[in-house]
Amino acid sequence: MPLIEIDGRKLDVAPGATVMDAANQAGIHIPHFCYHKKLSIAANCRMCLVEVEKVPKALPACATPVTDGMKVKTRSVKAIAAQKGVMEFLLINHPLDCPICDQGGECQLQDLAVGYGDSASHYREPKRVVKDKELGPLIATDMTRCIHCSRCVRFGQEIAGLMELGMPGRGEHTEVMPFLETQVTHELSGNVIELCPVGALTSKPFRYAARSWELSRRRAVSPHDGLGTNVQVHVKNGRVYRVVPQENEAINECWIADRDRYSYEALNGEERLTVPLLREGDAWVEASWQDALERVAAGLARVLENRGADAIGGLVSAHQTLEEIYLFTKLLRGLGVEHIDHRLAQAGATVGAGARWLGMPVAALDDLQRVLLVGSTLRKEQPLVAQRLRKAVKRGAQLNVVHSVDDDLLCQVAGKAIVKPSALGDALARVAVALVEAGAPLATAATLAGVTPDDAARTIAASLLGGERKAVLLGAVAQNHADADRIHALAGAIATACGATLGFLTPAANGVGAQLAGALPGPAGMNATQMLAQPRAAYLLLGVEPELDAHDAAAAGTAMRNADFVVQLTAFRTAASDYADVLLPIAPFTETAGTYVNMEGRVQTFHAAVAPRGEARPAWKVLRVLGNLLNLGGFDHDSVEAVRAEVLPQGQDGIAAHLDNTSPADAGVPTAAGDGIERLGETPIYQLDPLTRRAPALQATADAAEPAAWLHGELLARLGLEAGGRVRVIQAGGEVVLPVKRDDRLAIDTVRIAASHPLTAALGARLGGIRLERA
Amino acid sequence: MSLNTPDSQVCLWTLAHDDPASLATYTANGGYQALRKILADKTPAEAIIAEVKTSALRGRGGAGFPTGLKWSFMPRSVPGPKYVVCNSDEGEPGTFKDRDILIYNPHQLIEGMIIAGYTLGATAGYNYIHGEIFEQYQSWERALAEARAAGFLGSDILGSGWDFELYAHHGYGAYICGEETALLESLEGKKGQPRFKPPFPASYGLYGRPTTINNTETLASIPWILRHGGQAFLELGKPNNGGSKIFSISGHVNKPGNYEIPLGTPFAELLEMAGGVRDGHRLKAVIPGGSSAPVLPADVMMDLTLDFDAIAKAGSMLGSGAVIVMDETVCMVRALERLSYFYFEESCGQCTPCREGTGWLYRIVHRIEQGKGRPEDLDELVRIGRNIGGNTICALGEAAVGPVISFVKHFRAEFEHHIEHKRCLVEN
Amino acid sequence: MLTPESLALIDQEIAKYPPEHKQSAVMSALRIAQQELGWLSKDTIEYVAAYLDMPAIAAYEVATFYNMYDLAPVGRHKITLCTNLPCQLQGADRIAERMQAKLGIGFNETTADGRYTLKEGECMGACGHGPLCLHNNHTLHTHLTPESVDKLLDDMA
Ligand SMILES: Cc1cc2nc3c(=O)[nH]c(=O)nc-3n(C[C@H](O)[C@H](O)[C@H](O)COP(=O)(O)O)c2cc1C
Ligand code: SF4
Ligand code: FES
Repeated sequence: MPLIEIDGRKLDVAPGATVMDAANQAGIHIPHFCYHKKLSIAANCRMCLVEVEKVPKALPACATPVTDGMKVKTRSVKAIAAQKGVMEFLLINHPLDCPICDQGGECQLQDLAVGYGDSASHYREPKRVVKDKELGPLIATDMTRCIHCSRCVRFGQEIAGLMELGMPGRGEHTEVMPFLETQVTHELSGNVIELCPVGALTSKPFRYAARSWELSRRRAVSPHDGLGTNVQVHVKNGRVYRVVPQENEAINECWIADRDRYSYEALNGEERLTVPLLREGDAWVEASWQDALERVAAGLARVLENRGADAIGGLVSAHQTLEEIYLFTKLLRGLGVEHIDHRLAQAGATVGAGARWLGMPVAALDDLQRVLLVGSTLRKEQPLVAQRLRKAVKRGAQLNVVHSVDDDLLCQVAGKAIVKPSALGDALARVAVALVEAGAPLATAATLAGVTPDDAARTIAASLLGGERKAVLLGAVAQNHADADRIHALAGAIATACGATLGFLTPAANGVGAQLAGALPGPAGMNATQMLAQPRAAYLLLGVEPELDAHDAAAAGTAMRNADFVVQLTAFRTAASDYADVLLPIAPFTETAGTYVNMEGRVQTFHAAVAPRGEARPAWKVLRVLGNLLNLGGFDHDSVEAVRAEVLPQGQDGIAAHLDNTSPADAGVPTAAGDGIERLGETPIYQLDPLTRRAPALQATADAAEPAAWLHGELLARLGLEAGGRVRVIQAGGEVVLPVKRDDRLAIDTVRIAASHPLTAALGARLGGIRLERA
Repeated sequence: MSLNTPDSQVCLWTLAHDDPASLATYTANGGYQALRKILADKTPAEAIIAEVKTSALRGRGGAGFPTGLKWSFMPRSVPGPKYVVCNSDEGEPGTFKDRDILIYNPHQLIEGMIIAGYTLGATAGYNYIHGEIFEQYQSWERALAEARAAGFLGSDILGSGWDFELYAHHGYGAYICGEETALLESLEGKKGQPRFKPPFPASYGLYGRPTTINNTETLASIPWILRHGGQAFLELGKPNNGGSKIFSISGHVNKPGNYEIPLGTPFAELLEMAGGVRDGHRLKAVIPGGSSAPVLPADVMMDLTLDFDAIAKAGSMLGSGAVIVMDETVCMVRALERLSYFYFEESCGQCTPCREGTGWLYRIVHRIEQGKGRPEDLDELVRIGRNIGGNTICALGEAAVGPVISFVKHFRAEFEHHIEHKRCLVEN
Repeated sequence: MLTPESLALIDQEIAKYPPEHKQSAVMSALRIAQQELGWLSKDTIEYVAAYLDMPAIAAYEVATFYNMYDLAPVGRHKITLCTNLPCQLQGADRIAERMQAKLGIGFNETTADGRYTLKEGECMGACGHGPLCLHNNHTLHTHLTPESVDKLLDDMA
């Protein structure tokens, strides 16, 4: 271990460390702009120049490796002179108008200029002016402020895996820009806002809305995907002004996905439901909470009395808090209802021995050496998991894919089997047999007799047999599959055979929490898909939009419209306005305290950042009152903590015992792949939940483009369709006309049509047969 | 002209022959013999490096770093690809020697690169050729094809069991790519922006692999050294300054051109060879080593010998051996304005002091030239220059500052005149 | 977008580099594309980038970094005159004046008939032969005099 001295302090540092690393270790701050701990070293800003004894030139701390006996001075006359010289250069062409800059108050240049700048500039020549760039709906630019630190460019190359920004030009004419001004589309793009040390790249929706020093910062957990991303919610006067990352190395590191960042816009939107509404004939009338809840209690009691508990279904969103989901479940169970579920998108959901989860810590993804990703449109489902897996690949991991589309994961893929959705199980069976062929022990080998591996399966098997630290990860398409149990079982068998961990990439923020809270069908209960296919007389809905969330949107719509009594607890006005009887305004995640349990089983609690809007109330309180109105015992919790104590008495410590990825099914039972054309229906990244669906900036991105029917060129030719034309899509009695687009990365006989979208809500199963006719 | 003769010439001797560039001319005069011998004898790399060290060959690209020492840094036993790269990106104003090697003696460079490849354990070599000399790029490609056909390149070279390939890479107009790490970035298909060192190319070079980079003239000297011995090369020049060297002389002389003469030759002799100062004019100043070298007044220059050490002692540098001669008609403000514009235009833009500072320097000098100078400008130029120098990623920063500080130092009165009278001292 | 001949030339360049480093050929590929099409449009750059499996923006960075690429149409004859110090000392200023007077355009301008574009260049590594200019990037004309410039320009068809 090299022994060095910084500013007179003796330090033992790791070999290969830089002077910057050593200073950070010692808690000594060296000014810098281009250095960022998550990015490669550029050493271009020169702000971190320090004096090193016996070296004539000042050296950049960020790029200078320590050597034994090195003596560094970060504040010597020479070091300060070099730093001041650099600061002067940075400022000569930088506008000195902090009061009107959106970065004012949180600008690294402003902060350092106070310490290093001269009071008056020596610069008398004309200042450079740089044209602003259009980067789309999320990021605003003020490019004259750019100090060329290249962080945003390195972020694209190194973290996002997609170089959307570059620095064309030379010398002082170098400018940060995209190739075309429509091309910043990456799902993590907003992170350049924090990376930019000045006000060149800022949040477009937040632009000129508030000054950083006016905002209070509240910690929260992002309510979107299952990662449990930590965020800071910035508020002023009871309103959320923006959401930024809260660093947590074990979960999201210092990043957040764009939907974590921009979904807050929906909180302040016009679509918020702020008073309880009751249906009176064809009209909605505002009501007091008391009246509304009495109507709910009476309605449920009537259905119970007339038709029994079997006539009632309960659907809850896994984006709601643990406490809310728990009380929802407790209430329905108290009424004797067994049809309870949170897995609306899953066609074949069964109840396992425990909660399905990632199977390992999130951070362990970075160190995997072999991965098999099954049925996952990873970047759009789990933007930051994708980032971690890219990191693993960069470190030499081999990523293998079994899916129905060969989307660009922005990293190297070792082996892949791209098959239509109904053949996913068979593709896995081939991998399993290829493992056996290669000598791996497979418990269910006998039942796979007759399956012959192909080259793709052999490549994947060979990859999985190498290396250590492996995982087989099941994505949303695998989980939503009608044959999910068999896919699960095969994936489990493959994992066991090659020594991998089996994991579920839970699509929703509280997917594990919802399972722990028991939002699952009872022994005689139906799962979500069943209770929509066999409509109930009454539905209690918490945070769900069935016609968007369900596996079979058309069936969900029919079930809802035909039900006698539908109660929706919702933060927004939704399509339920057409069929519900009572709409109860509940508080979204920023307006309530609660808990999410992320995909690794981590319990994360948060407090309300602001008060509920209008008459909206936290759902746990609504459910508590409702429980009492229905005369159910055990609804007298006086705080969210009291609810949590009931559902998770041992807190985090009790979690592990309830996590279990064993499969209930036998891997061997084959289900024949269909022979027709099939739909691949995924939830688009900005249709995941009620918030993302209503965030204007996200809805203006390319990822939120209206659904189209995407087909492989071969299928296009076979059907006589043309990209650019339109096609009539018919499924389950419903039909829609969609634009036709070509994507040769799709499996043949697969038509990719987004689910969870109002424009495709007339269609049936996400993964099922579909007919196309020329429109 | 006695000094500028084939016997004492390492690189340009083929010019004495009818068909200087041909393989026939080269082989008829001992060409490729050094390579044949090394391959036949399986000469150990250490022995070759020792010979190069004996020769006191110093890099001809500008920095004058001892070549033998540089070669000894190459980790030849590291498995996997390793590279030797030739720097023919000659773009330093005043320098035009490497183009003549490429046209008139391409095979000696090829042989030098092959021997370097052998010695350094390289698997392939690239020659990065300056953008504006496309004809040389093409002619050198033709020479490569000849060498390949003759069995000097490819697999199992001359039956030795050793494989090596050489390729030409063409630049397209960026002076900075002469800087060795910018050159590597450019060779990788990127903007030519220098890398921070360490790591040095010997450990992390082309595609992140061990790489040795030398100037064209340096590499072309290698076959001569191995054929005649390091001692003979050393004796061509003077201690610590082995060999002859090509001096590119331009500006106000009667016969601008390349003169290959022993290191240590007095400047006065070179000036005479070049036909002396333009007819009827007096020598005013000389930039002795390419535009980045500090300018020296006539009287200092006339007393100097042309070798690394003597010129360094006088406060400038031998650099690439580009001698720019200026007579008394030259306005030093205007000359500096043009050079400052060059560095401003050619700054890669990556690091702050250079990107911002070169523009600042140019704009002040330009203002002075335009008659809009201020009395404080001269001290300001020096102050800004000091803030650039030493604080940048590569030496372009220093290169930009060298002329500014030296021009202001030696010709301050002329600058002051410009500022005070808003016009030129010389041109009026 | 490019002719088979141009693509064959690009393939020759690609072959010089390890297969995983196709990007190394981008400078040559852009040169070859420009030689065929006269200048580099964004479409051309995107095409070349795709041909080399590299991001379009990275190819655009290259195209904008090196002086000899033309990112806007130029005249049939692009004449780049070196005006750097050695050439200046040897009379480049007079050559510049003569060229501009004869063609009626300044630097970075193109004649109305689309025949000539004048550019100011940096050192071309041939200073001893100056003043000099580069014709369409690839042909150097040296030892220019005001008289020889007239003829040179006239001889360009
Ligand atoms: C701005 C700049 C431009 C340079 N231009 C050249 C050049 O055109 N040719 C060259 O050989 N070296 C040039 N060099 C020097 C190279 O970086 C490097 O030192 C040289 O190629 C090493 O070869 P040598 O040891 O044989 O001299 C330049 C350096 C700098 C900083
Ligand atoms: S180069 Fe710059 S930013 Fe980067 S840390 Fe170092 S000096 Fe700083
Ligand atoms: S200065 Fe003109 S070619 Fe060198």
